[in-house]
Amino acid sequence: MGFLGQLFTMAISAILIQNFVLSRFLGLCPYLGVSKKMDSAFGMGMAVIFVMTMASAFCYLIYQYILVPFELEYLQTLAFILTIAALVQFVEMFIKKNSPALYKSLGVYLPLITTNCAVLGVAILNITPLADGTRYNFIWAVLNGFLSGVGFTFVLLAMAGIRERLEMAEMPKSMRGMPSGLILAGTMALAFYGFMGMKF
Amino acid sequence: MLNLIVVPLAATGTSAIVLPVVIMGSLGLIFGLILAFASKVFPVTVDERIEKIIEVLPGANCGACGQPGCSGYATAIVNEGKELNLCAPGGPAVVEKIAQIMGKDATAKERKIAFIHCSSGGKNNTKWKYAYQGMESCLSAVNIADGPNLCSWGCVGFNDCVAACKFDAISVDENGMRIIDREKCTGCGACVTVCPRKLIMLIPESMNVFISCSSKDKNPLPKQNCGADKPCIGCGLCAKKCPVQAITVENNIARIDYSKCTDCGTCATVCPTKAIINLKTEG
Repeated sequence: MGFLGQLFTMAISAILIQNFVLSRFLGLCPYLGVSKKMDSAFGMGMAVIFVMTMASAFCYLIYQYILVPFELEYLQTLAFILTIAALVQFVEMFIKKNSPALYKSLGVYLPLITTNCAVLGVAILNITPLADGTRYNFIWAVLNGFLSGVGFTFVLLAMAGIRERLEMAEMPKSMRGMPSGLILAGTMALAFYGFMGMKF
Repeated sequence: MLNLIVVPLAATGTSAIVLPVVIMGSLGLIFGLILAFASKVFPVTVDERIEKIIEVLPGANCGACGQPGCSGYATAIVNEGKELNLCAPGGPAVVEKIAQIMGKDATAKERKIAFIHCSSGGKNNTKWKYAYQGMESCLSAVNIADGPNLCSWGCVGFNDCVAACKFDAISVDENGMRIIDREKCTGCGACVTVCPRKLIMLIPESMNVFISCSSKDKNPLPKQNCGADKPCIGCGLCAKKCPVQAITVENNIARIDYSKCTDCGTCATVCPTKAIINLKTEG
């Protein structure tokens, strides 16, 4: 399989089959919290894609060239969280300076990317041996981070789109907002379960 | 997992502790330096008046000003030119400080205090229609067959207002009646919004007469239903006797217009059912 073929396989796998939100159940907090409006969902998605890509790159390098040579693999969680926290802080400063509106609409969820398990999840999955015993190299780790972020954004946007329409729909008062959102989340996860059968 | 920790320790002695500390420490240091550098590169200038006003405001985030929280109000004052005297919990002191920061004049509004327009609601003075066993919340109780109490206008007594009060100003006495602490109440209006029967209104501090009933039922009903036996039956005697025509009777319930009221207390004296209370004489 050539490079493009492998890339396509990885994209389908990261976005549809092993989607971080709907099949790994990571990063559920922003999935439910920032999916009320399309704009902020898009902003959050972009922030997560950026952070996940950067986190994949930095965490991979730190693991490969600092932790492994010193036999400190057991520090991976600590080192990754430190890296991710610094990255998120950096992104936050950048967005605050360049797009105050986006900063305001992301609100508390931007700092929450720090503790977003999807970001730590992708960093750890990148260094975990695959089913055939091999590990991703640097390029594939970064691509995996990027595509997983795209998968997250895709689901977040789908959720936001449906929820925007649900606002208009007639439904009992007690079902408005979060209750219908949770039912929707469950239904989407069931729908994505259908991709499980896809094999390459 | 145990192997991972034990093996390096055994293999390399003390450096097994020093090495991770040094590496993690230097990682943290490098990240810290990068962030410190980034904060110089991306400085954000915030209007310092906003920060100052946030410091002055009480920080209760009660929403009485109509803004989402204190920082929202501070931003609205500086950026949108909102009035300076909207902070109810802060009172005159805060208004004065904000006026100083903004370099403008502002007069404080008169302090308002919440009052529950119902004398029923306790354990001993409520007549029940049925035994309610649902969720302990007024909002939930009033939705079941017009509430568990016989009077479908009065207090059901599940203390939604007590829960809503951020200033600990509403307490419940031994009879289950809600008492509003006139010193602690800031007039933020959280209880006004939360009461499903709309019994609570904000009334200027200087006023001492209140109509302690909200029943809109026609004459014999309020008397039969009221557990406290102090219903407003809508007779209109108070409206007739009021020297400044501040009381109107509409839908079988008398209401005082506090912008006209002179706090003379005549209405409380003439009310045949003692539905009007006067704090000056009753304490």
